[in-house]
Amino acid sequence: MYSVRLWSVRHARGLNSFYRGFERALTALHPLFKSIGYQRLERPVAALERSVKGVLFDCRMCGQCVLSSTGMSCPMNCPKSLRNGPCGGVRANGNCEVRPDMKCVWYLAVAGSARIPGGAEALSHVQPPVDRRLTGKSSWLRVARERAGESA
Amino acid sequence: MIFEDEPVPGYPLPILPGHTSPGRLERVLRAGKFAVTTEMAPPDSADPEEVYRRAHIFNGHVDAINATDGSGANCHMSSVAVCALLTRVGYAPVMQISCRDKNRIAIQGDILGGAAMGVCNILCLTGDGVQAGDHPQALPVFDLDALTLLETARTMRDEHRFLSGRKLTHAPRVLLGAGANPFALPLEWRAQRLAKKIAAGAQFIQTQYCYDVPLLKAFMRRIEDLGLLAKVFILVGVGPLRSAKAAEWMRTHVPGLHIPDAVIARLAGAADAAREGRNLCIELIQEIRTVPGVSGVHVMAYRQEESVPEIIDRSGVLGGRIPWYPGRDPQPNSNRLAS
Repeated sequence: MYSVRLWSVRHARGLNSFYRGFERALTALHPLFKSIGYQRLERPVAALERSVKGVLFDCRMCGQCVLSSTGMSCPMNCPKSLRNGPCGGVRANGNCEVRPDMKCVWYLAVAGSARIPGGAEALSHVQPPVDRRLTGKSSWLRVARERAGESA
Repeated sequence: MIFEDEPVPGYPLPILPGHTSPGRLERVLRAGKFAVTTEMAPPDSADPEEVYRRAHIFNGHVDAINATDGSGANCHMSSVAVCALLTRVGYAPVMQISCRDKNRIAIQGDILGGAAMGVCNILCLTGDGVQAGDHPQALPVFDLDALTLLETARTMRDEHRFLSGRKLTHAPRVLLGAGANPFALPLEWRAQRLAKKIAAGAQFIQTQYCYDVPLLKAFMRRIEDLGLLAKVFILVGVGPLRSAKAAEWMRTHVPGLHIPDAVIARLAGAADAAREGRNLCIELIQEIRTVPGVSGVHVMAYRQEESVPEIIDRSGVLGGRIPWYPGRDPQPNSNRLAS
């Protein structure tokens, strides 16, 4: 939801620290996930992730979440799905070129990043092209697996 | 400036040490000359003569001609094809690639194809949204963005491979460019965005139209503070405005275009607005030339292409230099023998 999305960016700092803890918990749960089977967990966890992040960020389930690097403003809401910064079309009021009634997600990302320690630094990393095979998959499970040292 | 070893059209120049392309634009830039590029509106036509007619207008005034790739999300002859026609007779095009209409498979194919046909300069753009053009019902692709497109092209050139890792037998030898809009929000982050583009492989930048020199200067200072000036050639976008009404229309309809009220007032108060628009453009070019770190101008005169030679001549930025064009040197081979 758009208004919640704006709230999330305003509370980027808190959400980011919460996510850091959550990520550690996910990583700790890796042995459990493994015994249940990542394959079997994929659908229910993806559904949960979709509903939680859908409300908070209008998440598009790209499957390779970069929210922590984009000030809690989901770049997949950009009509051009830009993951490396704003295009040149941002309007004088900070709104989107394509959707004039929506704030540019990158305009928000820059504001949100300023609230996260190290956010500006994270914003300057060049994000790789999106792997479209991961669309709809759980980013959480992938993170748990990768951080536990297994390739997803 | 005439390059001693300038070959006949259709053959690339030797690649000098420290250069990445065999192109003239890179030579002009690295020689420290004030470069002038322009943009051609590709025809809505399958007639090659229309491309040559449009290129001919710029003869002797520009170092390179940008071939736009569906600019404004409008359908025209493809940039690859325009470049193929232009390189046939020796012009130095800048092939624009937009991420809007093609995925990474098609784009990498075009990079190879363009380079094979003699394209030495590629401008990597995100592209306007489809809503801006004449086919708003089209699928916006945006598989890559300007940054990942730059990285893709650089990977192909420097690592001799596709994104997939598959080897190229001959890498594209190209100078890589990107766009920049120093005048759009978030202003304070525009220099960082440029830093990212340079990190991703951009060697030259062509900016959005500049009608606000103080903003440009602030942007250039930020770039200098980030230590980027030595890493990139910046060509500032300029263009004549036809009338106050046209300027007003452009700033409401062209995404990311910033025209101060003072500019519109000046045009509105002029007896001959089109002439005043050209005068303003010339003044801007002369002022921009004095901004530290600027390597050239990119003149965009959509539907006023015929005014480009006059603007460049009157601005005096070429300083007597005559950029190459087909027929500039009647007998290039005998010249070379004599030298």
